[in-house]
Order: sequence, then structure tokens, then C-alpha cells
Amino acid sequence: MPNDPERPRRVTVEPGGPVLVEGPVEVVGDDGTVTTSRRFAAAICTCRRSRTYPWCDTSHRRRVKKGEETS
Amino acid sequence: MTTTMDPRAAATARPLLPEPRGELSGAVVRALRGGDLGPWPATVGDPYGDDLQLALYLLYELHYQGFDGVPDDREWDPALLGARRTLERRFLDALRADVPHDGDAEGALAGLLVEPVGHDENSVSHHLKRDGELWQLREYAALRSLYHLKEADPHAWVIPRLRGRAKAAMVAIEFDEFGGGRPEEIHAQLFADLMTDLGLDTTYGHYLEAAPAEALATVNLMSLFGLHRALRGALVGHFASVEVTSSPGSRRLAEALRRAGAGPAAQRFYDEHVEADAVHEQVVRRDVVGGLLADEPHLEADIAFGVHATGHLEDRLGAHLLRAWRQGRSALRVPLAEPPTTTG
Ligand code: FES
Ligand SMILES: [Fe+2]
Ligand SMILES: [Fe+2]
Repeated sequence: MPNDPERPRRVTVEPGGPVLVEGPVEVVGDDGTVTTSRRFAAAICTCRRSRTYPWCDTSHRRRVKKGEETS
Repeated sequence: MTTTMDPRAAATARPLLPEPRGELSGAVVRALRGGDLGPWPATVGDPYGDDLQLALYLLYELHYQGFDGVPDDREWDPALLGARRTLERRFLDALRADVPHDGDAEGALAGLLVEPVGHDENSVSHHLKRDGELWQLREYAALRSLYHLKEADPHAWVIPRLRGRAKAAMVAIEFDEFGGGRPEEIHAQLFADLMTDLGLDTTYGHYLEAAPAEALATVNLMSLFGLHRALRGALVGHFASVEVTSSPGSRRLAEALRRAGAGPAAQRFYDEHVEADAVHEQVVRRDVVGGLLADEPHLEADIAFGVHATGHLEDRLGAHLLRAWRQGRSALRVPLAEPPTTTG
């Protein structure tokens, strides 16, 4: 739907996080397997830590010990 | 009565009015049964207590599904709206007094964008993942059903109050919450399927009687923010904080359900939220919060307030649940019926 010459597909890069791509989208893995998301946008993991790769599962988030400043 | 598991019956039946928990909720139940609201007590007591929270819950519920035997147009009954006003003022004043006033929306959300190293003993989802027992997961789902069976509904009220970027992004997320055009994928339906897997009753409002004040307050907060245009900033802050905290919490709950041997639908609800809310988090921060701040910068303090108030009430609920469960007792006001078939 959003991918034509008048309206190119929009991709948004979150620093330190996923790449957001307007959906629906297919991701082709190293081994050729294709994963599909029908969502209005898909968050593609760039940190490789996701347990639901290729989709971001927020595993990229910073981890803090108890009492450590969070801001 | 309301113990049917037929999903169509569950969707159309109106909930029964619950037992009052004091003077205020007693007056509201009486009024909803057709009686007089009567003289309203001069002081309304504990803003987080069972009586006030139930009274407020009943008045708000008129804007959603209503109750069995209560005419639909009582939703706009001036006497009931006046009563609601007194109660929600008290609730709102308490929240404003009890949460930080930093006025910093991005800072408030940044505090939620980190994960603890290892086990967090004050977190319900951490507890359920590591030590949760099936009866605790069933209690958790029963309590959360007050919200999840109307998941995303109170947030839809903000749509006419937003413009441009914030509106487009909010609607895109809500479309996802409402199943992307497929009724079987509406998040509220996925939650009903989870409840069925856990042998719970999926009838809307069924667990109201069982819900303690701490659980009612988390739902009343969304209704309060959703129904008031003046609180649109707080509603957006609330929504953002739910979306930001949901993914990692859902992962832990999905694992807890797998470990407890719950069925596939139960796991599916939380698996879906791991993936969906990793997307929603990005969109809500960048475009809903960012868009609203660009459009109405004076709402920043309200957005921060919405984030903090959500955390405050979630912490209260978490403390209540963990206190009860650590003592080996039910966190509900009414114990759950045993599931029809026991899972191993
Ligand atoms: S980018 Fe989010 S989990 Fe990898
Ligand atoms: Fe959802
Ligand atoms: Fe969501």
C-alpha cells in the first residue's frame, strides 16, 4: 500500500534501537528464510540480541543495576 | 447466570451490579437500581480505598458497557455525573499530591526505557516468571481482565482531541490493538482466549467483585484520563508508559505461562505484545508524544504526570499482589472457582 513512486516507503532509524519500516514487510534471513509482518509498521532488530529476531523485542535496552541512576 | 463460556453470550450479556463496599458505592448501586442517590457524604474518605474506587468504577462503566437492568441513558444523568465529579476530584488530587512534579515528559519515559539487571523482587512479572504458580497466574489474569477485556477502549476517547502527527500515529496503534481489521485478533479477544486457556470466565465484568481497590484504581485512571479532554496530555502519558513497559513484561509473562503449562492461546496474548509493543513503543514516543508536544507544548507537565501516575498505581497493585502471594493467600476479594479441567 504505501510503496509507490509518489509515496515511497518510509524507514525510521532509532539510534541504539530497531529500524522502523512501514508494513507489511518481509525480511529475508541469511539462510533465505522469509519472515512476514502484516503490521502497519515493523521494528527490525539491529542489535542481534532479540529473541524474536528479525523483530525487535526491546532486548537492546540498557540494563541497570539496582540504585543506579536511570537518566 | 453469568457463568457461560459461550463467547457470543459473553459479549452481549451486561454485567451484574456488584455488592457495595461502603457508603459511596452503596449510594451509587442504589441509584443505579433506580433509587435516589441520596445525600452524598461530606467527606469521601480514602481516595485509593475500596469504597471510592468501586463507586467511581461503576460510574465510569456507564460509558462502556453499562450494567444489567440499568438504562443506557443513565450515562448522562446529571446527578450521577455530579457524584462522579466529586469522586474523581478526590482521586486526581491524591494522585497529583503523590507523584513527582518534574514536568519532564521525555525524562519520565526515559526512566522506563531501562531494564534491571537480573531479578527484580518488586516486580509482579519477574515474580511470576521465576516463582509464579498457576493459581497466581489465574488470579493475575482475572484481575487484569477488567482492563484487557476492554483493552485500548479508553484510549480511543483521545482521538478527537489530537491533531496531525499525534492523531495519525495514535490511530495506527489503536488499529493494531483492535486487530488490524480482524475481529479474532482484537487484543481484547486474544485476552479472552487466554482466559479460556486458564479456565476463567470470559464474561465482561465477571471479576469485578473479586478485584481489590488497587486493581480498580489502575482502570479508573484510564477512564479518568480518557473521558476528560482537559487530561488529554495525561492520557497520552499513560498510554506511552503502558506501551514502553509492555514488551519486556509480556516476555516474562509469556515465559511464566509456558512454565506453568498454560495453553497456546494464553502464551499467544503475551507473545503478540512482545512484538507489537516493541513497535508501538517507537511510534508512541516519536509521533504520539512528540507530535502532541510539538502541537501543544504546554501539555508536557501533564504527559509526565500521566506517566508517573500510571507507575504509582501499578506499584501499589504490584505491592498488594506480592504481599498476598508471599503469604500464600489469594490477592482477590473472592476466591476463584477451580478450573473445569485441571492443567498439570
Ligand atoms: S533492536 Fe531491539 S532487540 Fe535488537
Ligand atoms: Fe495490546
Ligand atoms: Fe500496544
